[in-house]
Amino acid sequence: MTVTPPTVAAETPRRSLRRFRSIKGRETWAGLAMMAPAGILLILFLAIPVILAFTLSFTNARLISPNPPRFVGLDNFVRAFTADPVFLQSAWNTFVFALVVVPVQAGLGLLLAVLVNRRLRGVTAFRVIFFVPVVTSIVVVSILWKFMYQKDGLINSMIDTLTFGAWSGVDWLNNPSTALGAIIVLSIWQAVGFHMIIWLAGLQTIPEELYEAAKMDGASPWRQFTNVTWPGLRPTMVFVLVTITIAALGLFVQVDVMTQGGPMASTSTIVFHAVRKGYEQQEIGYASAISLIFFVAVLLVALIQRRLTREKA
Amino acid sequence: MAATTAALTTSRSRTSAGRAATSEKASRVRGRVFTYLALSAFGVIFLFPLVYMFVSSLKPDSQILQDIGSPRAFLPVGDISLDNYFGVFARVPVGQFLWNSVLVTVLTVGLGLVVNSMAGFALSRLEWRGRIVVMALVIATLIVPFETIAVPMVYWVAQLPTLVIEGGVLKYDFGWLNTYQVQIVPFIANAFSIFLFAQYFTTIPKSLDEAARIDGASWFTIYRRIVVPLSGPAFATVAILTFLPAWNQYLWPLMVVQKEELRPVMVGMQYFFQLNTAWGEVMAYTSLITIPVLIVFLVFQRAFVSSIAASGVKG
Repeated sequence: MTVTPPTVAAETPRRSLRRFRSIKGRETWAGLAMMAPAGILLILFLAIPVILAFTLSFTNARLISPNPPRFVGLDNFVRAFTADPVFLQSAWNTFVFALVVVPVQAGLGLLLAVLVNRRLRGVTAFRVIFFVPVVTSIVVVSILWKFMYQKDGLINSMIDTLTFGAWSGVDWLNNPSTALGAIIVLSIWQAVGFHMIIWLAGLQTIPEELYEAAKMDGASPWRQFTNVTWPGLRPTMVFVLVTITIAALGLFVQVDVMTQGGPMASTSTIVFHAVRKGYEQQEIGYASAISLIFFVAVLLVALIQRRLTREKA
Repeated sequence: MAATTAALTTSRSRTSAGRAATSEKASRVRGRVFTYLALSAFGVIFLFPLVYMFVSSLKPDSQILQDIGSPRAFLPVGDISLDNYFGVFARVPVGQFLWNSVLVTVLTVGLGLVVNSMAGFALSRLEWRGRIVVMALVIATLIVPFETIAVPMVYWVAQLPTLVIEGGVLKYDFGWLNTYQVQIVPFIANAFSIFLFAQYFTTIPKSLDEAARIDGASWFTIYRRIVVPLSGPAFATVAILTFLPAWNQYLWPLMVVQKEELRPVMVGMQYFFQLNTAWGEVMAYTSLITIPVLIVFLVFQRAFVSSIAASGVKG
């Protein structure tokens, strides 16, 4: 009889442990089961295509071909950088596009956000207006602006009126020196509202008391901006810069709809070139290599921006 | 302006302290006027292309050309009619394109809400082996832009098995090109949606789960009966953030859908555009596919803006 209590005492924790484990086990099954649909889809339509992008880029795979893909080593990458002037031009155009769009769009977005962050009557209406181009499809926007950019189109007629006939504009999209600039303008117009909203969300996280304190110290609006607003926006800035840059590097629709990369490859971009090679000319292997180069560029930009903004903080 | 003059006239009869206060007030009014001017200028820049599009869609090409040098370009005056819209319907199966886009969008968003919220639930509220690793992998995939995998993905879906009905018989075939599923299935699971759901679900008290567990509820019941009903804002955010890209899909259907009867509106638009038709008709088509989205946006404007804001603050 005296032996009984220890046995019970020894058995209780073991049993509870077993029960605990079985609960854990069931939770694992539940977790896996509920993760499975998304997990399988992500493997099928994200992981495998990424692996394919890597492997195909070292082959001469074609979309429809009787021959199986053959391993060609680094040929595709060598070809891109030495034997494909259109690729180099496309890479340069993409770089120029990003170089202009990133600061201008981020700056304009911030300016708009500051303007609509005031407690003024009707300010919500302006937020909505600035956001309207964002919800308008980029395909629609591209066609619309192509219409306005015509030689005898709305833009030139407006220029003509505003300069009292001194300058009647050029054929924007058919001129190699203006086509990319024309695409830059409409791209900024379309997306700046999106970034205005992100900046606005950032502005609203800055506590009102900081501004009141600054005002008590007699800080001018500009001083309030540089000493309170700007430091408070650092995390938002990282996000805005990274998203704009990645979106800018992926420039495709505007080019496809408006210029088809022309005139004389002056508006071709990395993604446009990859799609043209891979889809229209069926050179999947080579196009995968270009896609991979694009991905490395995106990765580098994201890493550099993260590093830069973190150091300052 | 009336307020400004009132402030100025009263300031004359005040003490110096009062004068300082009113001059501050005057400068505030000036700031406000300046803000309104700036807002209006930007407002014009943001709206004029769209106003021009809608107005032009109502005019024949000769009228568009004639109005171009005057403010009439932005006014629905002159030879106004819906002829361009009828022209579009006569020329291409816009009704079919619209139906395709609606179908693809509804299924992508709807199935995405279910699949991604379940995954978000599994990652945020369940303790299972490998959870941390899976979560890290999901977040890591956020850096992969679709453009990187688009071309290899065409190659991949061209080889996937599929079921087809041929002459009333269910058959096994290969290749997803020219189907509805190729426009939907690859976009259902979305790492960013999973991440947003997981984030939101962690804010719901875990004690609710424990209480339900004691009452014998299964994890799926807890998800469906407790977590989903409490997560309206998260579902709205994800729905809005996935609705726009689904409706606006262009690059992908351009590559994988050649059959006219399966084309979504954006690709149908591009083909229509290349037919070299009248600009008035082109503007009618673009207006036609823009108006529904603008209506949805204006109705849910508050939710739209806060969804975008939420995606930025958390990213």
